[in-house]
Amino acid sequence: MHVSRRIVLHFPPNITGQPVVYRLVKDFGLTFNILKASVSPGEEGLLVMDLSGEQNSYDKGIKYLTEVGVEIQSLSKDVVRDESRCTHCGVCITICPTEAFSLESETRQVLFDHNKCVVCGLCVKACPPRAMILHF
Amino acid sequence: MAKTIAEINEKIRKGKAVVLTAEEVINIAKGKGVSRAAEEVDVVTTGTFSPMCGSGVFLNIGHSRPRIKLGGGKVCLNDVPVYTGIAAVDIFLGATAIPDDDPRNKFYPGEFNYGGGHVIEELVAGKDIRLTATAYGTDCYPRKKLETLINIKDINEATLFNIRNAYQNYNVGVNLSDKVIYTYMGVLKPNLGNAHYATAGQLSPLFNDPYYKTIGVGTKIFLGGGVGYVAWHGTQHNPTALRGDNGVPRRGAGTLAVIGDLKQMKPQWLIGTSMLGYGCTLTVGIGVPIPILSEEILRYTMVTDADILAPIVDYSEAYSQMKPDILGEVSYAELKSGHIKIQGKDVLTGSLSSYPKAKEIAGILKKWIEKGEFLLTEPVASLPGAESGITFKPLKERPIVEWEQNARLQKNSTSLPA
Repeated sequence: MHVSRRIVLHFPPNITGQPVVYRLVKDFGLTFNILKASVSPGEEGLLVMDLSGEQNSYDKGIKYLTEVGVEIQSLSKDVVRDESRCTHCGVCITICPTEAFSLESETRQVLFDHNKCVVCGLCVKACPPRAMILHF
Repeated sequence: MAKTIAEINEKIRKGKAVVLTAEEVINIAKGKGVSRAAEEVDVVTTGTFSPMCGSGVFLNIGHSRPRIKLGGGKVCLNDVPVYTGIAAVDIFLGATAIPDDDPRNKFYPGEFNYGGGHVIEELVAGKDIRLTATAYGTDCYPRKKLETLINIKDINEATLFNIRNAYQNYNVGVNLSDKVIYTYMGVLKPNLGNAHYATAGQLSPLFNDPYYKTIGVGTKIFLGGGVGYVAWHGTQHNPTALRGDNGVPRRGAGTLAVIGDLKQMKPQWLIGTSMLGYGCTLTVGIGVPIPILSEEILRYTMVTDADILAPIVDYSEAYSQMKPDILGEVSYAELKSGHIKIQGKDVLTGSLSSYPKAKEIAGILKKWIEKGEFLLTEPVASLPGAESGITFKPLKERPIVEWEQNARLQKNSTSLPA
């Protein structure tokens, strides 16, 4: 069975120098899509990614990550837009660090690309009509 | 070819009026030529949908048995304090009022999730509102305490009266400092991290009638999803602001005071709004029809985003310290492209005004007029224009000691023998 999950990886400082993600691909045949990364050698790192593959390989990959000391947190929170409250003003566009909001040039409607959202929550409080909602 | 409002109304009644939105008129008039277009087009509709702090509602809640005099007492609606310094059961709910127990900016930046604007939205939506009041009691108004639910459909009047709306042009807010600032222009990121603007540009009412030649006291408008009127010029009305050759102000200029019956308005056009670290307000939908009385008036309505310039202002210093410096000017066409250049840096732009909603408002007003449901009114007085010499003045602060000295002098002079 194929699985795809969005996870947050916390790297302790001692392994930020290792090619951990490469091993996930090479040894376990998993595919990944990095949504947010903040990794510098010698410092604690953070990686938000979609990780997918066969259930069996996925589990092995997660086991490997845990063994090398990566702390894994599943992204159980989710940001959604209450379409009835959104006025399509567009202040969220400049606030979002991952460019999940964009303007549809013809209608000037504000588009929200849920796949680009890393659930940082900045838009939730910056939205004037409070149309962005954080779900747990 | 000059037309009159009466002639246009006759065509509206017959369902024959030609109505275009301020966006549509641009290309149609360019295609037909100004003189033919001025003959054919009867009305151009405008729209804006933006946070407007100068908004509020007068309510008359009806008399309780026994009577209570709220005037001079304390009244809250859903814990939001209202102004009571008027007649016995009249109160004024302002858009920016917040509950006494809101932490404000004590936990910076404050969230301001609920305030006057939100109460107005809930009132219009027909929700019950909790009224709590204390009063001092008089012989004819003996009651001292009142706690009740009220609903817009039961109370006598609910009159939206916005003392300043529909600003003709506005600043583009940026932040030159090295930390995030929380303003009424939204969250402004450090070192020119973003730029926020706040009008609908070419669709905005006063950009389409820059010299107030048709919009005046008594002009019937779309207000909050219902019908309203221009009541007066708005506060801070500044007709003498710097203007371009096309007459369009290049700085914040004219404003409108508007009034209307809240009972016939709709919650999707009056939205309770929260500005992080700043406060609460109300996002208001306004649409103004412009009768095409002459070629000159049509030409004004052909204004495009490229013709309208707005000043870029640093809200970390110049704005807060009342310094006149601007970082340059930028057109709405550039702002709407998604990024602008400031001091050589590419800066992402965002808007506080909703252009799609402004367009929807202009479209609704157009439909009302086409269907013969909405007739135009003749203004009963003009708004002060550039010739009035009216300017937007800063506060002249004077020590209170001066007043005390004057009072003493006056007292001495009157007590002197003749």
